[in-house]
This record gives sequence, structure tokens and C-alpha cells, in this order.
Amino acid sequence: MDNFIISRFGNGVLSAVLSSLLPLIWIFPYALFAIWLELKVAAHMQDRLGPMRTGRWHGWLQPVADVVKLLQKEDVIATATDKILFLVAPVIVFSASYAVYAAIPFSPAYIGTDINVGIFYIIAIGALVSLGILMAGWASNNKWSLLGAMRTAAQLVSYEIPSSLAVLSVVMVVGSLSLQDICKAQEGWFWNWIVFSKFPFMVLAFFIYFVASLAETNRVPFDIPEGESELVAGYHTEYSGMRFAVFFLAEYSNMFVVSAITAVLFFGGWNSPFGNFMSGPVWGVFWLLGKGMFFVFVQMWLRWTLPRFRVDQLMYLSWKVLTPFALANIAVIGLWVILRG
Amino acid sequence: MSAVRNYFTVIWKGIWTTLVGMRITFRHLFVPAVTLQYPDERMPLPERARNRLYVNMDDCIGCNQCAMACPVDCITIETVKSLPTEDLGVTSTGQKKRLWVTKFDIDIGKCCYCGLCVPPCPTECIYMTDVYEFSEYDRKDLIYHFSVLTPEEAEEKKRQVGSAEKGTASKKVATANQPQPAVSGTESKVAASSEKGPVTEQTGGANK
Amino acid sequence: MAELRTEEMVLNMGPQHPSTHGVLRVELVVDGEVVVDAVPHIGYLHRCFEKHAEAMTYQQVVPYCDRMDYLSSMSNDFGYVLAVEKLLKIEVPERVQYIRVIMAELQRIASHLVAVGTYGLDIGAFTPFLYCFRDREKILDLFEMTCGARLLYNYMWPGGLSHDIPPQFVEKTKQFIKEFRPTIVELNNLLTYNEIFVKRTANIGVLPADVAINYGASGPTLRGSGVNWDLRRNDPYSIYDRFDFDVVVGKGEMGTVGDCWDRHIVRMREMEQSLRIIEQAIDNIPDGDVKAAIPKRVRPPVGEVYFRTETPRGELGYYIVSDGSGNPYRVKARAPSFVNLSLLPEISRGYLIADMIAIIGSIDIVLGDVDR
Repeated sequence: MDNFIISRFGNGVLSAVLSSLLPLIWIFPYALFAIWLELKVAAHMQDRLGPMRTGRWHGWLQPVADVVKLLQKEDVIATATDKILFLVAPVIVFSASYAVYAAIPFSPAYIGTDINVGIFYIIAIGALVSLGILMAGWASNNKWSLLGAMRTAAQLVSYEIPSSLAVLSVVMVVGSLSLQDICKAQEGWFWNWIVFSKFPFMVLAFFIYFVASLAETNRVPFDIPEGESELVAGYHTEYSGMRFAVFFLAEYSNMFVVSAITAVLFFGGWNSPFGNFMSGPVWGVFWLLGKGMFFVFVQMWLRWTLPRFRVDQLMYLSWKVLTPFALANIAVIGLWVILRG
Repeated sequence: MSAVRNYFTVIWKGIWTTLVGMRITFRHLFVPAVTLQYPDERMPLPERARNRLYVNMDDCIGCNQCAMACPVDCITIETVKSLPTEDLGVTSTGQKKRLWVTKFDIDIGKCCYCGLCVPPCPTECIYMTDVYEFSEYDRKDLIYHFSVLTPEEAEEKKRQVGSAEKGTASKKVATANQPQPAVSGTESKVAASSEKGPVTEQTGGANK
Repeated sequence: MAELRTEEMVLNMGPQHPSTHGVLRVELVVDGEVVVDAVPHIGYLHRCFEKHAEAMTYQQVVPYCDRMDYLSSMSNDFGYVLAVEKLLKIEVPERVQYIRVIMAELQRIASHLVAVGTYGLDIGAFTPFLYCFRDREKILDLFEMTCGARLLYNYMWPGGLSHDIPPQFVEKTKQFIKEFRPTIVELNNLLTYNEIFVKRTANIGVLPADVAINYGASGPTLRGSGVNWDLRRNDPYSIYDRFDFDVVVGKGEMGTVGDCWDRHIVRMREMEQSLRIIEQAIDNIPDGDVKAAIPKRVRPPVGEVYFRTETPRGELGYYIVSDGSGNPYRVKARAPSFVNLSLLPEISRGYLIADMIAIIGSIDIVLGDVDR
């Protein structure tokens, strides 16, 4: 696809701009759909109906109504805030989450850029989100926002470690950092997926990665900043209207990124689970998006099941549970790879 | 050693209880929703539902029992004695009505829906219906006027009784100056009732 | 090296807070993250119940009683009418006694469902709240079919009841019992035994038994600390001595005795015990007239009475002074939530701010009861 754009428009700024805007075609409809799905999943898990009226059929226009509401809100910026940081923070949070889409393999024929350090790039850019959050908290000039932002940043940074270690075990097995290579290594039927190899250690790596990524996206049970945050609403207290919407868009976009990476690393990426049946460049997109949506659904499922962690318990989980297990996992898988190939 | 065991136990319990919880919520995805989509679907209320009050004025004898029983004083009743010549009719329970109810106001905004006004009514004319959708835009529209007499008719009744009392009073004065046979029975009755005054205002007073 | 200045900071968990269960202001004095003192400021919901009662007749006080602890109004009415009947020295028919006990126990289940659901909500679990309220609706349907109201019933009158139970009540209650037992199990699996919930509530807000007794705590707050004191067993009123049920006491299963988890599990298990009482009572309701003993005019002789009952929140006591007229001279309500709330500074010292929510939720206060 990328080559297609280059061949049409010639190598240059225009094609670069076009191919970098391509994931937006996915993100915006996906975000609207994900908001609706969240409301509906929550409702049906709680024996109720969720939105039913906005848009005749089961309230499918509810997210559109929410977006319109946010758009027409007054853009309040407190006078004592650090204006530049205040305005830039949501942009950074969203851009960091968006930049990751460049390296996700949507299909054998389409990847934004097939760099050979794919997953490393993703982890590095994804860490910029915590920078944006700290900026938001600082710029709000609000004690509680700052505290909330610092907590969130601590949470994000702590959970980078087990998540990277879990990714490392996959890299060791495949032998390459490039995401396309990782997908190609899982060709065939579903038992070729990495999560089923080196049993049961890859399952452990998957769990560690999934839990760590839940914390990365601030979803329950790790949603201290969004939950009660003891007394206020965390780093985005002072944001209203469209800026707040950008934070939320970033969160949903992040959710999908993390799910897609889980699918790519552990569950075969764009490979069909049935070998050659329903596989190919176009089917690949379908499989990747489908698997990504499945993990998004699992994240929502967990949100409506579990209570919240307290901040110190969250830190305990990361440093004292996930990291040791991830390190042990790497040791074992490393040995396995060396000894058995 | 038990610290290490504790560590692993907590991890295991965490994973297991999470999975148990997830199974419960997943099962509930397939349980039909219990929501009723109001206003398209309404819950049927039982027959004893205690919602808006209604007074059937055909049966009201103006005894003031409901106003006295109300703990928040939301019922205001004013009655006028009827003339002996007037026939107000009979309630459905067979009682003869003797009082014109010139004012029967219920401030449904004050009402606490306790239902204490319903049992004391001798004719069962006040009761609670199952109507619960009665919002108004103006608070004074929440004061319900149940009296069937218009204000002019009410004034008319008061004047009638007033003049009737005056008439009997002057007759009493006139006859009192003459020696009269023992007709003290009726006269004392008239005198006694005229002392009460033509209009009796009875509000729901709690200090009874 | 210069001395580090650590000052204590005063935080305000204001009257409007999603987790304080009403209009309660808690003034927290914190040293960093650790709570040094927590002072509750109450009175935002004071509606002068006791003053109103002096102006009403005994019959008219009952709707006001409903509105004190509005989540368990049957229990409020129960205590008051028993106190008045003791003053009047009248005996109510057996049928009335049985129905009153059934209603009080159903109300206990409904109130505990709210407590458990909102506690889960405070801790962050959104779903148990909805499940609890779904089942509570069934109980409210039972109440509505009997007396017409869903929250503030005015059902128990001095001397009897306002309505007799309708014919389908017994069968619907039995059906409710059958459907509710599995729900308790489900709620336990989803919330109570969930490891995250346990970690948030075990060893938090530990209330030692002697402290609880000294402060005058009652209800699940007291029983969670291991004290075996339930007025239905230790000072039986109405016909509770005829029923076989266990008094649930906290044993420190997941942590120390008297922590938040213990108070929570006491509430969950009390719901099961209430089901037992209802099962025993529902099949044996004798016949009779529920309005037979209602006096035309309630005019007790000069005297005073203090009567206490076990509401879902604790010991609710009514102290009624009668001067012989149709209005009481004084009605004082000893509210359980008021006394339980006074424990808050004692049990929250030394915990983190994040635990304050768990502690306040576990005492299960209703501000209508605290402020009256």
C-alpha cells in the first residue's frame, strides 16, 4: 500500500503526508465504535440496555452525540496555567500514541514503515505518552492534577519494564525486532502462534505483557487517575471540551495499539488461524483488526469486572510481581532457545 | 518460608478470582436486560400504589378528617353550612350531605404520600391513584382545587347563609320581646348554630 | 544538615463527594499520604425530626420516622411503633407480629444490598452495584404490592399495620428467596473474594473490639470486630426469639478482626441469615386482622419508654416521653449511624488517604440517620 502511494504520487512530501494520515482512517471510526461498544458491553454485563435512543438502533449515534457535545463546550483555560505546555500536552499524548501506528503491520502488504527495529521503536515512542501526561499535570497549575500526573507517570514508567521484558522474550524466539518478521514467523495454523510455542512460558509472557499494557493505557484495575483519584480527577481535571476529547481519543487509540501489538506478538498478527484459508493481503487486515478488537473487548471486560488497585499496590504488582516473573521468563526462554533452537 | 508461600498464594488467588469474576460478567452478557424503556414501556403499578391524591367531591361531606390527619398540612378545607331548604344530595354510602365544600385544596407539592388521609374518610372519597407523571412548570399549578363550586358560587353560598342567619337572628330578637309559647327547642337550635358563624374555616391543624 | 520541615496539611473531603454516602464533610489532617486525623462535620441533612414529632400525633410521627434512615424505613417504623405500643401497653395480633418481622428482614436485605453495592462502587467495581440494585428492585416490588410505596412506607402503625398483605405476597416472597440465594453466591464471587477487593479492604480500618464497645458502636460495625451482640438475640423484641438464625461475627478471615473486609462479610452473611428468618416466618403467618388493635386515638398515659431495635445499621433507640395528651412530649431517636460515625477519627488514623474511602464505606452510614 505504501509502495502504491509512492508509485502514484512519486516519492516525496505528498506521499509521505498521505501515508502518514492513513491510520486516521481507521482511528476515527474505531474510536467512535469503541466508545459505543464500551457503553453497550458495560450495559449488558450489568443487565441493562445502554444507549438506545440516539440514532434509532441501539443508540449507535451516542458517540457522535458525545463528540458534538464536547466540541461545543467552552474552552476554559485557567489564567495561571503555563499556556504553552497546557496546549501542547494533549497534542503530545495523542501524537505519541498515533506515531506507533507507523510500525504496526496491518497486512503482509501494508505497513507504515517496515523498519527493522519495529517493536523497539514502538516501545520507545509509546513512552512519550508519560511525557505528555506530566506536561498536562504540571501545566494545570493545580496541586491535585500534579499529584495525579506524577502518579500516572510513575505507573506508566514502572510498567514499561515488565512489558518490554515480555516483548524481549518474543524477540528472542523469533530472532528479529521487525514486526513483519514476527508475523511471518507465525505463518500457518493457529498452533504456530507464538503464544503456543515454548509452552507454557510464552503464555506467561503474554499475561505479563497484557497486564502491563492494561496499566499503560490506564484501564481498570489501574485507573487511579481516572477513578476517584482520591479527591479529584487527575491530570486532565483542568481540560474541557475538545482538549479533553483529545485525551480520550488518545486513550482509545492506545487501547487499540496495545491490543494490536498483543495480537501481532503472540497471536499471529495478520495470519489467519486456519492456514491458507482466508489468508492474503486483504484478509490480513481483517484478521489483524479482528484480533485487535477482540483484545479491546477483553480490556473492556476486565474494566467492568475488577475493582481498582491502590497506588502502592499497583507499584508492588509491577516491581515485585511482574518484573521478577518477566526476568525469570527471559532466562528460561533464553536457555530454551539456545539449547533447543 | 511462609512469606514466600504467601507471595505465590496471593498471585495465584489474584489470577483465579479475576477469572472467576470474568466468567460471571461474561455470563451476564447473555442475561436479558432488566431495563424497561420508559416512556415507551411502563411498569404496571399494583392496585395499592400510593401516588397522586384524588378526591371524589360527590362523596365529600366536608368533615375535615383528612385535613386533620395530614402530617404536613397540605389539605385546606373550607365549608359553608347549607340552608335547610337546600338539598345537597346523598353520598354513595348513604350519608346526607349538609355542608357546601367551598374550598378543598391539596398542595400536592407538600404532600408526603404517606396515605394517612385515606383511612379516616367516612365516605372513602379521598384516595391515592397510580398517577405519577404530574409535573408542572409552575409551583402554584401543583395546588389542586377540588371544590366543585366556583368562587362566585362560593361567595353566593356564604352570603345566603349569612343573610339566613341574620334573618333568623332578627326574628329571634323580635320574638324574644314577646312572651311566647314553649318553642324554645327550635329557637335555641337556631341560636346555637348562628353563634358558630356562617362560614367555618377548617384548615388541617395538627394540634388536635 | 538543615531540618526538613514537614507540616501537616488539612484536606477537605467536601459535602459533595461521590463516596461519602451523602452530605458529609470530612476534614482530613494528613502528613504526606498518611492520615493523622479525620474529623467528620455533620448537620447538612438535619431536618428537625425530634422537634416535628412534638407537634404531631403519635400516628402522624410515623411518616417522619420513615425519613430518618431512608434506606431502611421499615426498621425505623418498627422501633417507633414498638415503643408506642409499650407505652400504650397493648398487644398486637400474632399476624401483625409475623408480618412485621418479615418486612423488617426484607428491609434488612434491601439495605445491605445498597451498602454492599455502593461499597463496591467506592472501591472501583462498577458491576456489583447494578446486580445489587436489580435484586433490591424485587424487594421493593414486594413492598409496593403490600403498602403502595417503594421507599418510605408508613406501613407499621401503632397497634398494627396499614394494609394487610395481598394474596400473592407469600408466593412472590418465596420466589424471591429462591432467586436471591444464588445471587449472594455470585456477589461473593464477584466482589467479596476478589483478590483486589480483599487487598483494598483487609487490614484497613481495624476497629478493636474494646474500642468499638467504648464508642457505642452497634450493628455490623460492632459485629465485624468480633463482638457477639445482636439485639434480636440479646434483647429480643417482637417475636424474634422464635426464629432460628445465627448472629454473624467477624473472624478476621482475610486479615485482622475488625477490618473493613470483616464488616463487609458480616453484611453479606447477614443477608443469608435474614433469608433464613423469612423462610421460617413466611409459611407460618397466622390468620387475623391487622387493624384489630389499632386504637382510635393514641393517647398513652403519662410516662416514658426507651425501646431499641436492631436496624441494618445498628441499634436504633426511641426514647418517648408522654404527657398524657395526643402528641408526644418528646421523641428522641438514638441513631446508629450517628454513633458509628463518631468512630471515624479513631479507625482512620495511620492509614492512607486512599483508604479513607474504604473505611467510610465500610461503616455504612446514611446521613439521614446521622443528622435526623
